[in-house]
Amino acid sequence: MAKVIVYPPTSMILSDLVERMGHKALVVPEAVRRLVTANDIDSPPLNVTPEEPKKGLRYAAVDVPSGVRGRMALIGPIIEEAEAAIIAEDPGWLTGCAGCSRTNELVRLLIRTKGVPVLDLSYPTNDVEAKVFVQKIKAFLEGLK
Amino acid sequence: MIRIAQLSCGSEYSGIQKEIERAAETVGAKIVYPEVSIDDILNVESTFGVSVSSGDLNLAIARAVRIVQNPDLADAVIVMTCFRCAEAAIIRSEIRKYIHEHSKIPVLSYSFTERTKAETLLTRMEALVTTVKYRGLLAREKQKGLTAGIDSGSTTTKSVVMRDNQVIGTGWVPTTEVLKSAEDALQAALKMAGVQKEEVSAVGVTGYGRFLVGKHINARLIQEEITVNSKGAVFLADAQKGPATVIDIGGMDNKAISVQDGIPGGFTMGGICAGASGRFLELTARRLGVDITDLGKLALKGDFRNVAMNSYCIVFGTQSLVNSLSMGCKPEDVAMAACHSVAEQVYEQQLQEVEVKEPVIMVGGTSLIEGLPKAMEELLQVKVTVPRYAQYIGAVGSALLVSGLLED
Repeated sequence: MAKVIVYPPTSMILSDLVERMGHKALVVPEAVRRLVTANDIDSPPLNVTPEEPKKGLRYAAVDVPSGVRGRMALIGPIIEEAEAAIIAEDPGWLTGCAGCSRTNELVRLLIRTKGVPVLDLSYPTNDVEAKVFVQKIKAFLEGLK
Repeated sequence: MIRIAQLSCGSEYSGIQKEIERAAETVGAKIVYPEVSIDDILNVESTFGVSVSSGDLNLAIARAVRIVQNPDLADAVIVMTCFRCAEAAIIRSEIRKYIHEHSKIPVLSYSFTERTKAETLLTRMEALVTTVKYRGLLAREKQKGLTAGIDSGSTTTKSVVMRDNQVIGTGWVPTTEVLKSAEDALQAALKMAGVQKEEVSAVGVTGYGRFLVGKHINARLIQEEITVNSKGAVFLADAQKGPATVIDIGGMDNKAISVQDGIPGGFTMGGICAGASGRFLELTARRLGVDITDLGKLALKGDFRNVAMNSYCIVFGTQSLVNSLSMGCKPEDVAMAACHSVAEQVYEQQLQEVEVKEPVIMVGGTSLIEGLPKAMEELLQVKVTVPRYAQYIGAVGSALLVSGLLED
């Protein structure tokens, strides 16, 4: 079983495919769940506090906006954990909103420079492309140990 | 002539391109732009890892990739983007890391505004050029003969006299009139060393007043603080081989320098806000009614968590200071909160841009305020070394380096 990060890191479709193939999907909702279920934090709606942008300094400098750094506080540790990655380009925001284009750029860069196997795909726009999309993901995941 | 490759976005439209070129020219360098093809730009997602919305940033990335593939294209690299651009802030930092990790070319990054002038860039450019030009001199590990160093700083002027690798005299005076302060500091060091000025083989000068002082005393070496302080720090901390990180929180600006074998690799210079400088600690000491030399000891007895202080600006910091005291906070807690606040700002604003590798060496007068290295240790979670003569670091580095010139 490999730990596979998906891009966009909020995509439930991609994470579902990863889990179905017996791997662990690394996704943002899990990090968000840890925060929102933490009893001792009261910073609705996500329980992200001003501490998160500070933690995000590990991934982006101080002149990078706080929203990017706050997101990176959640996504950065997931990237560090990843043993493989699936990147779907041009997914559209309905695939799983990552909300911030700048964060997406940094996430893609950090995934690609990590040196783990990466599957690059274009997001399908019709049924035929969708089947090829799933087949490619299946073949990639089967090849992971 | 040293070729500095400029990888940038926005400098022409900010109206500062001429200033960049003027700064380079002043330090004996010229700006070059590595050629790339359209395909190089279109392929940055695969060659570098990401393609971004801004075309000029993609061009800068393509140039970075080209330099790594062919390091003969440039002797040094400067990565510059507009202040406040989020995309540029991310990419600027990543380009710097990429070049640092994949080549031996010294690289510097800077975010500019339309007010950036050649003078602002001068110290940085000078350090970049020195690293290329005087690699041999910077590799020097021992001071030989009888030499002196003067550090003409914004707040204080320091001087040392060294003989055969030992500091034999020191002088320290507040900076008032630049030339007089330098003369007084040097005389104090000479007196302590028991030598006459004429006996000294050569003098090296650094600090803000280096050009004025250097010309006046006919100094053999006039050098910016980045290289000199790196050299002085690793010499005094006995860390000349391998990596080290030098942190210098000064009266007017701060420097964080990542050093390898005594030669600066990456560095940042901050100083936009006095809240992150020695001046804030001076102000705190005055408000608490203690001498600055006692502030550190007082801070060691306190806990910063007991005081709400977030001095991202010296004015707000002072307000926090006054408020906390009027609410009955203990002076020791306030002292430690001030130290923590300064350390936190340097940590958040500067140490993210350099590779923090042990040993971490804190230098400059502020390193003697014991609460400050302690606060930095807590933030970095590593041991921070404050070497003997830490406050004379620039003067020691100058005396050491100038002795190398005598042999050449």
